[in-house]
Amino acid sequence: MTPVVLWTDALIFALLAVASAFGWYSRHNPLLRSAWQKVGGSRAGMAALTLLAVFAVVGLLDSLHYRPRLESAGGDGERAVYSGEVLSALDALATGLRSRGEKTYSAPLATHLFARETVERADGTQFRAHPRLRHGGVHLDDPPAQHAADLARRFAAGALSGAAIWMVLAGVVALRLARRESVGLGVTWRRIWRGDTAVAWNAVLATFAALLLVAGPVIFLADAYHVLGTDKVGQDVLYLALKSVRTALVIGTLTTLVMLPFAVALGIMAGYFGGRVDDVIQYLYTTINSIPGVLLIAAAVLMMQVFIDTHAQWFATAAERADARLLALCFILGLTSWTGLCRLLRGEALKLRELDYVQAAQAFGVSQWRIMARHLLPNLMHIVLIAVVMDFSALVLAEAVLSYVGIGVDPNTFSFGTMINAARLELAREPVVWWSLVAAFVFMFVLVLAANLFADAVRDAFDPRIAARVTGADSGVKG
Amino acid sequence: MIAYIVRRILHALPILIGVNLITFALFFVVNTPDDMARMQLGVKRVTPDAIAKWKADRGYDKPLLWNEQAQGSARLTDTIFFRKSVRLFVFDFGRADDGRDIAREITTRMGPSLAIALPTFLLGLYVTVSFALLLVLFRATYFDLWGVVLCVAMMSISSLFYIIGGQYLVSKVWNLVPISGYAEGPDALRFLILPVVISIVGGVGSSTRWYRTIFLEEIGKDYVRTARAKGLGETVVLFRHVLRNALIPILTGVVVVVPLLFMGSLITESFFGIPGLGSDTIDAINAQDFAVVRSMVFLGSVLYIVGLLLTDISYTLVDPRVRFE
Repeated sequence: MTPVVLWTDALIFALLAVASAFGWYSRHNPLLRSAWQKVGGSRAGMAALTLLAVFAVVGLLDSLHYRPRLESAGGDGERAVYSGEVLSALDALATGLRSRGEKTYSAPLATHLFARETVERADGTQFRAHPRLRHGGVHLDDPPAQHAADLARRFAAGALSGAAIWMVLAGVVALRLARRESVGLGVTWRRIWRGDTAVAWNAVLATFAALLLVAGPVIFLADAYHVLGTDKVGQDVLYLALKSVRTALVIGTLTTLVMLPFAVALGIMAGYFGGRVDDVIQYLYTTINSIPGVLLIAAAVLMMQVFIDTHAQWFATAAERADARLLALCFILGLTSWTGLCRLLRGEALKLRELDYVQAAQAFGVSQWRIMARHLLPNLMHIVLIAVVMDFSALVLAEAVLSYVGIGVDPNTFSFGTMINAARLELAREPVVWWSLVAAFVFMFVLVLAANLFADAVRDAFDPRIAARVTGADSGVKG
Repeated sequence: MIAYIVRRILHALPILIGVNLITFALFFVVNTPDDMARMQLGVKRVTPDAIAKWKADRGYDKPLLWNEQAQGSARLTDTIFFRKSVRLFVFDFGRADDGRDIAREITTRMGPSLAIALPTFLLGLYVTVSFALLLVLFRATYFDLWGVVLCVAMMSISSLFYIIGGQYLVSKVWNLVPISGYAEGPDALRFLILPVVISIVGGVGSSTRWYRTIFLEEIGKDYVRTARAKGLGETVVLFRHVLRNALIPILTGVVVVVPLLFMGSLITESFFGIPGLGSDTIDAINAQDFAVVRSMVFLGSVLYIVGLLLTDISYTLVDPRVRFE
């Protein structure tokens, strides 16, 4: 196989590097450290972070792309031939899910197709029945009799394995905590249980318990069944949902990554310099802001489509073309969404400019750029961070809507929007094909809910106004 | 006051010119009219004649900015920029790529759009502000906590699911109202009730949380303590003092969207088959009808700027401290 680095892959790993750099920076900055410790103490925040981390692992695995080597008929001396299809590490892990397609719709965990078909008997007569699936439950000789028992057996095995992994995990956490605090294991465990630890480990472990109890059975069942059924062309819905996670994460994170430099640089410059610079920058963001977002996105995406179609020769594979479109969508979304953050930063920089320490720096003859980079930027970081985490969920939701309208990702890209779009008309069928929609709903809901809860925890910890209010007279009420 | 409004309109002009330039660059410079013609006619097997005809029919065969062949002022006016972009300022939207008169479409489709958007806006505002006040009244209790949890959960559901789920339950399973469609006159109520309710429910989560934060910020201020100290009940404090003072931040977010109600909602209208401006825009996007999209972008910006103007005027009405400078 030969590795393939798509543009979004490269940017995702760049983002990972930026995030780790920021993490390292926070370790050595007492203010940021105490804020992160506050996030660590928030139970909802840590539970959400655990879920987000799992989603991130799925997304990262799906970002390691390669092109598999084709089995060539010739000898070893020949040049290797690579498939035009781009796969990812997630595809390799979920080969079973990817390759075991059915003919068309089948319900979750079913052994037979959803629709009746005309089947020919051995004696030549025809009758209508639900044919057996090609892969779902083929190991059963007599499905009606064995189906329930087989499901129960696999479910139990999965749940037990999940519980076993969880116990190991909980043990490791308790052991490490016990060694760090040099107290007994039993005491540590009781502390975790009661939530007496600095980091809300009980929330993390509870989330993992729920996650493993779901994932264990799913993995065991997925071996022989389609856990979430199959869609119109027989693709496994679980596979579609897993693949959609990366698209959602890319849209949610890369969009902010590409818009941050503009928003931060322009916002600080407008606030710090004032005067003409401020006028120009204000004019710029008011103008862009006054175009309704959806329409600006629609116009830009339409133009991008034409552009990609007329320059088709630039892209070697379909995956690269779809990736270019995804990246362009991130840029377009970023272009329309930087104005809010820019305005916030301008306002803050305007206030900071008048403070004594900035005046002192000016009096000492520190250069303008250095003041902005060393004195203003670190004191605006919390606003940037809050904006980044708050935007994430809105962007994930926006992707689904835009893809539905037809101005989102490439129709061949896996995404929640394309999934919903394809499944939407299935509700009109009788009986109803509900599983694709429910799968998209559950995955999106969990992802966005986790993002919202984490964003709230981050905001509560980093926003000095809220922190003051929470510790102030009206305590117990969070914004 | 009139002087103030005139000055504000003059301030808005450069912004509109900026919007106009951006749309012009987006629609005619990023891709040439030739690219668009090829796109419309199918990328392969398209003759230069067909492209020329397509462009001539729609007036895209002129030079972009400067017409060398023309005489006098026509050098400037007989160009794509003048014909297609500058004419937007006098609301001359021209024709859609399929020949319909865009200005007429807009006036006829505004009605259905407003029929959905206005009730959604007014009822939604009423519901969310009341819910937020209720949460604030019971602040720091379990009712408040679970109310906020409900809001966060509702915020986390995509608007698509509200519509799909609502249509499925109300129209298909319970058979209460038609799934989609539209009728004129009082008969329209049957078609409007479901989209309006769904749009309100879909927006409750985030708006309620937003208003709740505003009210909580107000409730910590000194005048509230004074009101309580002179023995006023909690409900009087909330409804008479807090609500009034919170109007200023609420107005900032609310008034600006009022003019945009004319544009309708893209998603709701297309799901429910309402013949409004939103569904027209979606159709134009799907058909890659650039003339309609361009007109909508410009119209939307004009309405947004009108909204900003209305916001400033409304401040002076509710807050005596704000004066026309």
